[in-house]
Amino acid sequence: MTATIAQPEVGRARLRKEDARLVTGRTRWTENITLPGMLHLAILRSPYAHARITSVNTAPALDRPNVIAAFSGADVAETQGVLACAWPVTEDMVAPTYTPLAVTEVRHVGEPVAVVVARDRASAVDALEAIEVDYEPLPVVLGLEEALAEGSPLVHSDKGTNKCYTWIFDSAEAGTGGNAVQAEADAEVVIKRRYVQQRLIPSSMEPRSVIVDPSGGEWTMYSATQIPHIVRFLLSATTGTPEHKIRVIAPDVGGGFGGKIGVTPEEWIAFTAANRVGRPVKYTESRAESMVSAHHGRDVIQDITLSARRDGTLTGVSVKLIANMGAYLGVVGPGVPLLGAFMYNAIYKVPAYRFECTGVFTNTTKTDAYRGAGRPEATYAIERAMDELAAELGLDPVEIRRRNWITHEEFPFTTVCGLVYDSGNYEAATEKALSLLGYDDLRAEQAARRASNDPVQLGIGVSTYTEMCGLAPSRILGALRYGAGGWESATIRVLATGKVEVITGTTPHGQGHVTAWSQIVADQLGVPFDDISVLYGDTRVANKGMDTYGSRSLAVGGIALVNACEKVRDKAKVVAAHMLECSADDLEFTDGAFRVRGNPEAAKTLADVALAVFTAHNLPDGIEPQLDSEATFDPSTFSFPHGTHLCATEVDTETGQVKIRRYVCVDDVGKVINPLIVEGQVHGGVAQGIAQALFEDAVYDESGNLITGSFAEYLLPSAADLPTLEADRTETPATTHPLGAKGVGEAGTIAATPAVVNAIVDALRPRGVHDVMMPCTPERVWRAAQDGSGRGSS
Amino acid sequence: MARVSVTVDGTRYVDEVEPRTLLVHYLRDQIGKVGTVVGCDTGNCGACTVLMSGPDHVARSVKSCSVLAIQADGCAVTTVEGLADSDGTLHPVQRAFHEQHALQCGFCTPGMIMATVDLLRENPHPTEAEIREGISGNLCRCTGYQNIVRAVQQAANGGAAPSAAHSAPVESASAESASVESAARPVAHSPAVTS
Amino acid sequence: MAGGPGWFWKGFVMIPVAFDYVRPSTVEDAVAAVAAGGDEAKILAGGQSLLPVLRLRLAAPALLVDLGGVGSLRGARFDSGALVIGAMTTHAEVASSALVRAEAPLVATAAAHVGDRQVRHLGTLGGSLAHADPAGDLPAVAVALDADMVLAGPSGRRTVAARDFFTDIFTTALGPAEVLVEVRFPRMSGWTGGYEKFHRTLQAWALVGVAAAVRKENGSIAEARVAFTNMGPTPVRASSVEAALVGAADLGAVKAAAAHAGEGTSPPTDISGSAEYRRHLAGVLTARAVASAAGF
Repeated sequence: MTATIAQPEVGRARLRKEDARLVTGRTRWTENITLPGMLHLAILRSPYAHARITSVNTAPALDRPNVIAAFSGADVAETQGVLACAWPVTEDMVAPTYTPLAVTEVRHVGEPVAVVVARDRASAVDALEAIEVDYEPLPVVLGLEEALAEGSPLVHSDKGTNKCYTWIFDSAEAGTGGNAVQAEADAEVVIKRRYVQQRLIPSSMEPRSVIVDPSGGEWTMYSATQIPHIVRFLLSATTGTPEHKIRVIAPDVGGGFGGKIGVTPEEWIAFTAANRVGRPVKYTESRAESMVSAHHGRDVIQDITLSARRDGTLTGVSVKLIANMGAYLGVVGPGVPLLGAFMYNAIYKVPAYRFECTGVFTNTTKTDAYRGAGRPEATYAIERAMDELAAELGLDPVEIRRRNWITHEEFPFTTVCGLVYDSGNYEAATEKALSLLGYDDLRAEQAARRASNDPVQLGIGVSTYTEMCGLAPSRILGALRYGAGGWESATIRVLATGKVEVITGTTPHGQGHVTAWSQIVADQLGVPFDDISVLYGDTRVANKGMDTYGSRSLAVGGIALVNACEKVRDKAKVVAAHMLECSADDLEFTDGAFRVRGNPEAAKTLADVALAVFTAHNLPDGIEPQLDSEATFDPSTFSFPHGTHLCATEVDTETGQVKIRRYVCVDDVGKVINPLIVEGQVHGGVAQGIAQALFEDAVYDESGNLITGSFAEYLLPSAADLPTLEADRTETPATTHPLGAKGVGEAGTIAATPAVVNAIVDALRPRGVHDVMMPCTPERVWRAAQDGSGRGSS
Repeated sequence: MARVSVTVDGTRYVDEVEPRTLLVHYLRDQIGKVGTVVGCDTGNCGACTVLMSGPDHVARSVKSCSVLAIQADGCAVTTVEGLADSDGTLHPVQRAFHEQHALQCGFCTPGMIMATVDLLRENPHPTEAEIREGISGNLCRCTGYQNIVRAVQQAANGGAAPSAAHSAPVESASAESASVESAARPVAHSPAVTS
Repeated sequence: MAGGPGWFWKGFVMIPVAFDYVRPSTVEDAVAAVAAGGDEAKILAGGQSLLPVLRLRLAAPALLVDLGGVGSLRGARFDSGALVIGAMTTHAEVASSALVRAEAPLVATAAAHVGDRQVRHLGTLGGSLAHADPAGDLPAVAVALDADMVLAGPSGRRTVAARDFFTDIFTTALGPAEVLVEVRFPRMSGWTGGYEKFHRTLQAWALVGVAAAVRKENGSIAEARVAFTNMGPTPVRASSVEAALVGAADLGAVKAAAAHAGEGTSPPTDISGSAEYRRHLAGVLTARAVASAAGF
């Protein structure tokens, strides 16, 4: 018998198994893969934001050296398939046809027009210059309100409108709460604000890359994607290729943040090209291509109204959004605002709520999920507005939240949206954060700087948040008209030597599932951590899965994993009882082994059982000689992590420069599997949230050219631009998850942006400032500090 | 085509290259050193960082997407694949990145590790501000840099973890305790080369 | 409105157009190679600006003349009372050179602000100056310190004052077959200086940079040199600020003088900031740079 495992693996700060290859360069990025006979693809892209394609001549490219094929959208119009939107949020949503290569019209700069397939990448790129395209420029529309105005140029002239959809939730109509319009009419205090979520570019460090191998009547696609299972399904559905003939592999994937949950023109074009030349074809985007072609995020105008009593109690919230879809619909693009729709009430007891969102087409790159997807927008608007309400009433920002939040005794709590928050303790997280920051001391310093009219003012930003994690109950997704389910799958294979292979339907790309899943399975099966392998990201190995996004992998996939382990234990128990010559009812699974109750020395580990099953010499009657199991789990509800983030900024009123002096966050993500990984997720999320507040902005010129088309203009922060992050936790287990876990991937991003902007506004509020537009550039902050007009411009 | 003679991770290569071939493409496509990656077109991200010897034979960090392969003629280049000992023992910087959870997706990691090796060559005991400035030519989208800073500190401390009040206590993935050695040790391969 | 094609549309591809390459080992051979290449030739110094430009296909020279093999262009020395820095001396070498730090600390400080470590290991002083990027840090320093540029051409060498060298955005007084070989900084003993660079992130180009040097006598400023980065198509020498600084003995006087910073400038308006904001910043940063240099 092997040694028992005394200490549970879950909760330990295990170093990651993933790292061994990553720190030594033994990596399998898609771009690292070379297949026999492989050719290279280059894509000619539209220089116009909107134009009719009057002619494309690819013939001259064929005369260039090493060129195997060149073709345009018109050449493959019948076979290239379409890019489907999986989330038609309303029955009457306008869904234009979206082809991988443009055929008759281009609608954003960077849209693919023609391709070259060549022996090497440089030859393919060189030959692009030989392709002749005639464009007839068409009117361009970029602004959201401009696009909705009467007489606006149309992105899709055949649709007769730039409006994609309007989606409404009203708690009075839904029967989940009161009437928000009435609440506003009756309110003692009304706060109305407009916030603008600028356009962001997800910017995973690995550019997207795809290889399609069409050999032998089967198609293998390697893709730097978060969603191999969804890609496989949609490739089959939109090209008519039988699903069982398609294998999609997501090898090492270098970050995603939502940016790799697309079904992309480039994947479909590589598929078409591979079929035309009958050989494997690889395409890897340049960063410039990534910036104009991979989907963008956010880009929403938010009008929010808070209704309240003079004591600060909220009586209603209403929200009206205009969301930029871009020129086409991403796979879940229209649904992104809906993921935030039920979060504007946040952690507060809001009696009445109304939400309305209108999606709009413009001549820009399409938008879709970016880390947080809808929830950062919601949290930003409500947390900014709560500060405004506090200021209006002369209350401390913490106090206004205390007066409205759900207290820990009130869980489970049914919100105005009808969601049931299972657990939480907002008081505990906030108290811990305030104490870590030294809130009162900083308020005293702030008062002193104000009194002395110090050119460097201090601001303290408060952001409390919750999010719905764990996408998602399939029934709810169905009710929201999403085209797929939200379940997740796990398989356990027990090998003869007692080692275990875990197959997960999640598709990690930096989240550390191999390590965390090993910890869970180690406890569940009594198998040493090092004896477990985790396989994923290949539809031939992990044939079922809904992939990784929306902080769902642990919250949903983790339950499938636990359930699969339970099935293994149930099977093994019967065999163990047979081996120990006792009844299965006399066995309990403790300390990593099946033990006879009252006689713990009589025990069999999973390894003992596995060998017995492998030899199969002496199994109980009717028992199959295998212990493998599979489980698919569909959640009945979401999970609701929460936390309190505090940011102290120094604002140089002479230059507008903002320096984050302290950043403290206390997150409650429920039971933690691996504190190291959780902390890393929070750090990274906070960094992206800070970057939205201060740096990142995708900007178009009036012709629709992306002028922030490289990292020289689209500013990602370096280590020198970010503060030391002080991350701590409280732990309130989820009651809806067997492990008590809630999800952590998006938490930091959701919380950080309003924390930073609240701090900047807080620093300048005595000067009459009530807002600074994001990103809070030095010029905007300086202007706000000068004229107190608030919004800043430029 | 032009002839280039370059020593990469201790092995000498002689090749014909197009003059326009970037060093990173030469490393990846011609000699199979795919551990070094390309993250951008403009020299911003630093994912392609390698060490390259200069006229004084000192190996310094460069962005291999902003160097022509032909410019490396006669030079010694060290990539992330040449850092660990031949028996697989990790370089102290690699080990520190692992132990401080300084990577998530791992795409920036080769460049970040090489930039760190170079920083500690010149400044073996940097302050936190010097670390942040010293790796500012390398972008990471996953970690928020906090644990990268800790990893650099650990490597600078000769393998000892930095004190950090809010850092979770860490447990090693395997039982053996790795030997502690200084991160300032030179990379495995001699930078001096004759062509 | 109808859209026009973006300037960068060829830049999606990331691989330079093919070119020939030579690596001369003497200045004479370099000049000859550049002369032979004519309009189709470009000089490769450290490549940290040129290679991204080539990758984005914003330029497509037929010939690159790599100065990396010209050993005589590297290093710093004294010559006739001037600090002479070879054009191919890297930013890292300039920043860490004991000679430069002692004799022209402002040059060393500004060189340490260029790009990042990797860029400074390859990028060169001469390359930065000849590139003449309005947002580059070193041109303003050269102008502030009245440096002289030594150019080699087919008919020999000539010297051009820094203030005449930068003629327009990305444009210099270099003739078609001329090579910048060295930069001469007049010896300035008794001066102190600093470079204030204001940018949104450490990697971002300077919104505004201020190079300032002062010489004090009896506690007040006797002489001042101030020049700006990115306040116009070429570096701007702030003559009226310099004049106003003479006699300044405290922070208030420095601030009053710095209020002239916007005069004679024509800063751009772009996504990083407006011209108005840049003028304002120039004043604030000038006051800070001068006050720090003067110890006020």
